[in-house]
This record gives sequence, C-alpha cells and structure tokens, in this order.
Amino acid sequence: MRQSRVLRFAAVATAGLLGLTACGGGGDKEDSGPVSLRMTVWSSAAPHLALFKSIADEYKKTHKNVTDITFDPIPFDSYTTTLTTQIAGGKAPDLAWILEGSAPDFVSSGALVPLDDTIAKTSGYDAADITPAATKLWKDGGKLYAYPFSTSPFGVFVNTDLLKKAGQPAPADLIKSGKWTWDQAFAEGSQVNAKTGKAGIVIRDFDYKLWENLSTIWTGWGAQAWSADGKTCGFDKPEMVDAMTRLNKAIFTEKALPGPGTGADFFAGESAMTVAQISRAALLKDAKFGWDLVPLPAGPKGSYSVIGQAGLGVFKQSKHSAAAADFLAYFTNPENSAKLAQFFPPARKSQLNVDTLAKSNPLLKPAQLQSVVIDGIPQGVVKPAHSGSAELSQSVRSALDPLWKPGADVKAVLTSVCSAIAPQLSK
Amino acid sequence: MSHRTESPVGAPAPTGTTPAPPPRRGPGFWTIRRRDQLAGYLFVAPQLAGTIVFVLVPLALVFWYSLHEWNVLSGTFTFTGTDNYRALAEDPKLPGVLRATAFFSIGLVVTNLALALLLAVLLNQKLRGTVLFRTLFFSPVVVSLVAWTIVWGVLLQDNGGINGLLRTAGVHGPNWLRGDVTAMASVIAVQLVKNVGLNMVLFLAALQGVPHDLYEAARLDGAGRWRQFRSVTLPMISPTVLLTSIITVVGSLQVFAQIAVLTQGGPGTSTTVLLYYLYQQAFPFHHFGYGATISVLLFAIVLVLTVVQWQLRRKWVFHEQS
Repeated sequence: MRQSRVLRFAAVATAGLLGLTACGGGGDKEDSGPVSLRMTVWSSAAPHLALFKSIADEYKKTHKNVTDITFDPIPFDSYTTTLTTQIAGGKAPDLAWILEGSAPDFVSSGALVPLDDTIAKTSGYDAADITPAATKLWKDGGKLYAYPFSTSPFGVFVNTDLLKKAGQPAPADLIKSGKWTWDQAFAEGSQVNAKTGKAGIVIRDFDYKLWENLSTIWTGWGAQAWSADGKTCGFDKPEMVDAMTRLNKAIFTEKALPGPGTGADFFAGESAMTVAQISRAALLKDAKFGWDLVPLPAGPKGSYSVIGQAGLGVFKQSKHSAAAADFLAYFTNPENSAKLAQFFPPARKSQLNVDTLAKSNPLLKPAQLQSVVIDGIPQGVVKPAHSGSAELSQSVRSALDPLWKPGADVKAVLTSVCSAIAPQLSK
Repeated sequence: MSHRTESPVGAPAPTGTTPAPPPRRGPGFWTIRRRDQLAGYLFVAPQLAGTIVFVLVPLALVFWYSLHEWNVLSGTFTFTGTDNYRALAEDPKLPGVLRATAFFSIGLVVTNLALALLLAVLLNQKLRGTVLFRTLFFSPVVVSLVAWTIVWGVLLQDNGGINGLLRTAGVHGPNWLRGDVTAMASVIAVQLVKNVGLNMVLFLAALQGVPHDLYEAARLDGAGRWRQFRSVTLPMISPTVLLTSIITVVGSLQVFAQIAVLTQGGPGTSTTVLLYYLYQQAFPFHHFGYGATISVLLFAIVLVLTVVQWQLRRKWVFHEQS
C-alpha cells in the first residue's frame, strides 16, 4: 500500500506535465456566428491595455460579428514558455506578441498565418511605408508572418542628479564634445559607486542571465553572437574577447556596474545610468530626480545603435484566423500605429519623425527622440535571434557563467561558449 | 486467514429474540458477499477513477510520447521509435545533470534525516519551551513553497540579509547563489529548513511511542545514553525512519520550484537537477517527446530507489525482521 502510494507520488511529476498537454485539438477556420478574439501580450501596464482596448472598441463598431476582443497579459519572464504550452494544449490565442529572440522559431514553424494577403486588401494600410529592415526578422520565403509593431532602440537613461553629486560631467555635454564613449561611461559609473555608494551602470534585464542584452555593449566593439547566417559562432572572435575583457574589468575592477547577485533599480534612483529601451520612459513619470536619455556610448568601432523588436502574429490554430488577421491589419494601420507609437516606436517611415513621436511621448524631449529613436532605428542592429532560441540562450548563459568573477580567463570562457553552442548553430 | 462459512441469504438469525426476516426465494444473485464487494468497489471507485485518469493514463501516455518527436509550434507528432532513448543515452549534459541530482538528493536526505532526528530527540525531553520550539521548527512546512523560496532568494543575494548578518560578525560572506558549491548548498539548505519540521514531527511521534520500560530495562542492564539510543530508540523507531527516508528521497527527486526561483539551474549547470532539466527540455525548449523520455528515466530512478529501500527494510527495520 505504502509502496503504491510512493509510486503514485512519483508519477505526479509526469502527470503534471501531461495534465497541461494532453488535450490537443485543431481549429475550425470557418467564421460562423459571433467571433471572440484573444491576444496574448507581455505588458500588464494599465495605459498599454487601455490603449489596446480603445482600438479594439473602435474595431468592434464596424465589425459587428466580432463581439469580444480580450488582451491577455502573460508575465514577461515566462511569456514564450506559457504561449507554447497553450499551443500544445490546443488553446493557442488568436493573436500573440512574439519576442524577437523566438522570432525565427515562430516564423519558420508554420504555426503562424501569412499576413501579406490581408494587408494587401486592407484599404489605406500603405505597406510600402514599413521599413524593410524592421520586417526582415519576421519574414520567411518572402512572406510576412508577424508585424513588427515595436522597433525600440536602446538608449542610456541618466540620473543627472547622481552624476552631479559624484562630480561627473553630464553625458549630453560629452556627446557635444565627442567624448561619449564606453570608457568614459564606465569611468563615470565607477566614480558614482566610489563616491555615493550607489550603482554606476545597470544593463536592464541582464542580471547575469539574459546575456542577449549585452549586445548593447559588444556591438560597439564590432562583435556579434553569431554570423548573419547563424552558422558561425562569434563569441571566440577577437572583437568579442576585447569587449568582454573590458566589461569584466568594468564590473570587477572598476566597480562601474553592480556585480552578480546585486540588485539596483535605476528608476528607483539606485543607479546613475541604465541601458534600456525608450518604452521604459513611462517609469520616469513620477521620478524624483533629474534625468536624461542619450544614445549608447561609442565603442572602439564608433557609434552604433541596437534595437529590440516585438512582433504580432496570428495563429493557424485559431478558429477565427481570418478575423484575427483582419484585426491585426486594423491594429497596425497608419492611424493606430501612430497611437501605439507613444509606447512602441513604429516601423513606419512616415511616422519616424520628431513631430509624430513628440506628440505621444510627452516625457521625452525632441532632441532625445531624434538622437535615440529616429537616428537609431535605420542603423540599428537587432538583438541576437536564432532558431532554437531558448535552448541556445540557455547554453550560452551556462557557458558564460564562469566569466562573471574577478580575473576570469575571458578567452577560455568564450571559447567554451562556442564549443557549447556549436552543435545547435550547425542545425 | 480462515475461511468463514457463508450462510445463505434469508437464513434465520442465530438469536431467538430477533424476528426472522421475510423469507426469500433462494439465495439470488445479491448474496451478502456480493453486496459487500459492491459496497467496497463503490467506496474505492472515486479514488480508482482519479488514479486511472490522473496517474495511469498519463503514465501510459508519457511512454507513448517518449517514442515521438513532438514539435509544439509546427504541430508535428512523428513516431521516432527509440530515437529519444538513444539521444538520452548520448546526451552530453546528462552525466552532469545526474551528478547534480545525486548531490542534491544525498545532501538533502542525509542532512534532513539527521537534523530531524536530532531535533526530535531534543524536543522529546520534558523541558520548558519545547512546545514553542516544536512550533517554530514546524511552521516553515505550512508556508507557501514559492513565497518561502523567493524570500530566501533575496536573503541569499550578495548584498542580501545573510551576508549583512555575517558582516556584522566581521565575516565576508560568499555570493551564495553564484558559486557552484555554495549555490547547491544554498538550495539544499533552503529545502532543508522548509521541510525538516515534517520529519521531526514524525520522529517525535515515533519516539513518544517507545515504551518506557524498555529504557528502564536497558538502564538496569547498565546501558548508557548512547547505548540506549542505539539499541532501544533506533530499532523501535526504525519503521518511521523507513517511511521518512522514502518520502525524503522521492521528494528530493521532485525538487523544482527552489531551483527555478533561486538558480535556474546555474551557475553553469551546477544545480540543473533531473526534474528541472525535464522542464527545460519540454517547455522552454519545446522538446516534448524528449521531455517525456527524461520523465521515464526519472520514473525508473524513483521506482528502483523505492524498491531497494523496501527490500532493505528486512535488514534494518525492527518489526520487519523475522
């Protein structure tokens, strides 16, 4: 009896796994009767959701068959995992935001509906206005599988009060004199830490795990995680070794960045600078300190820009995929794209101007928008993405761990990263 | 077991005072035995249905899935025979994962049982304040596991509470969750403090069931305290030791939330235990078929360990010895 209880206990793990996945099922594409749509998103910010709802309400007025459109926020950390679990359980949403890291997986999987035909027949959509650089990641075989509704460059948010307190020059002045470099930024971060005890520079969301965010630094050294075709590892190349050697020194010798296991939130006034996307400006609405937004510092290879993207796609598994694609075209048409621009920089050339962006970004000054967003998007390098992204990301994270200690053998660690991911890159 | 002689339904009751039931035609289908059996089956039916739906069917399905390549995104489900098992045998990460699992399980089982027994023996004394300490040690058992782990995650940060406390004593603490050894030790310690109270209560109950005259007899024979513990206490509570060891071993193989919250399997893969690896493969990496294969391996490991413990009981569990 006791033994059978133990066996049962052991099976709980497997049962739990299956409970989530056992009930599969396909979808009926015919839209008969009232249509109800569900879109998964990773933002639960009230202003974002209110804007989506207002767009959905307008859409429902002209599409009487669509009775309900819900926006379903899933926490960012587990977003893709939760989404794929829903797909496995036959409960895929009709529409979903897709992270740039997992774009190759979703786009090539056949799970998404191509959007070209729906976009072509939507009047006033003006597809030619969308920058080709922005849609590159979301296309496969010439077809667009997700619309890049957010193309957001990384910039550096600066706590000007904290820099002044540490006697450091403002980055805005350094940009004018052409001295805004990573060496300078690290030096300022180091001084802030030494003189105020607060953190210098925080690479937001990195936390010694999400290494993809470090591309905001290494791109300045001309390094890349892997070659453009995704086949050759770039971690053991001299540019990457130089960038990571410099970063290791900045963290552990100069103390310009908080070390592993040390939390510091720029938006709570705990650090002098943070590398983040402009959508984070919303967090500074009630900031009790002076702040600025400046482009990324120049690296040894000059100035550069890194962009993070988010796509919006429609699932084949959806019972109402045609209606969902139609709503997607409405959601991202020129008029709504301009509304979304206040949080998510658009991929439309006509809207990438200071006037449009300033209207919806009251917290940012025209000069900040020009330097970070408008100048950043056309020349921006997209954060690393690859098929099998979750597994690849995990392999790199594990192999990079030995780098995060004082005096690490950078070259050896980076070589081990390449050995760890070689089998996955060659797939 | 001796067999009862069944009297046919409707036979007069043996006592003369009770009025005889109305006579029936023959024994019929519903004999007392059959009615008893039906009642028995009806009583176990809900449990049986639950076991079939939530344990046996999923268990069979896991074996079935492990023979397939299941790509959730593209919706393909292809029979691949034993490919997943071959891949598992050749998986370069598997030895490290099994090593981490073994370290965790051995570390947790040994410390948990030893500490639980020590606490139980201490709290079994007739001293003031034992009730307070008993409550104190047991209270983590009823705290939500994830909440407990998140709080410990904050305390174990480099600039967290534990190192703050150490600093006041002039000690520079390590970055607990970032070192290979300290991360594993931290995960074990967090789980140990969370669950040691449960085993402690089980041991305490067992200790209180040991007859006092055995100790008296041992004392008269000149046994000291250690000898009394070794020759009276341990044998008498050995059934509980068996129970707690099985529960703790199985529980240690099911550790997940602590790893997911505290280390995500890192640094490197030093705390990637089998269940966490299974989760990684099935959910974030989308390899559901391979994940099912790992769960078959986990099932086999739990089964073997449990059977071994069960068989060994004859050697060391007091009441099981012939």
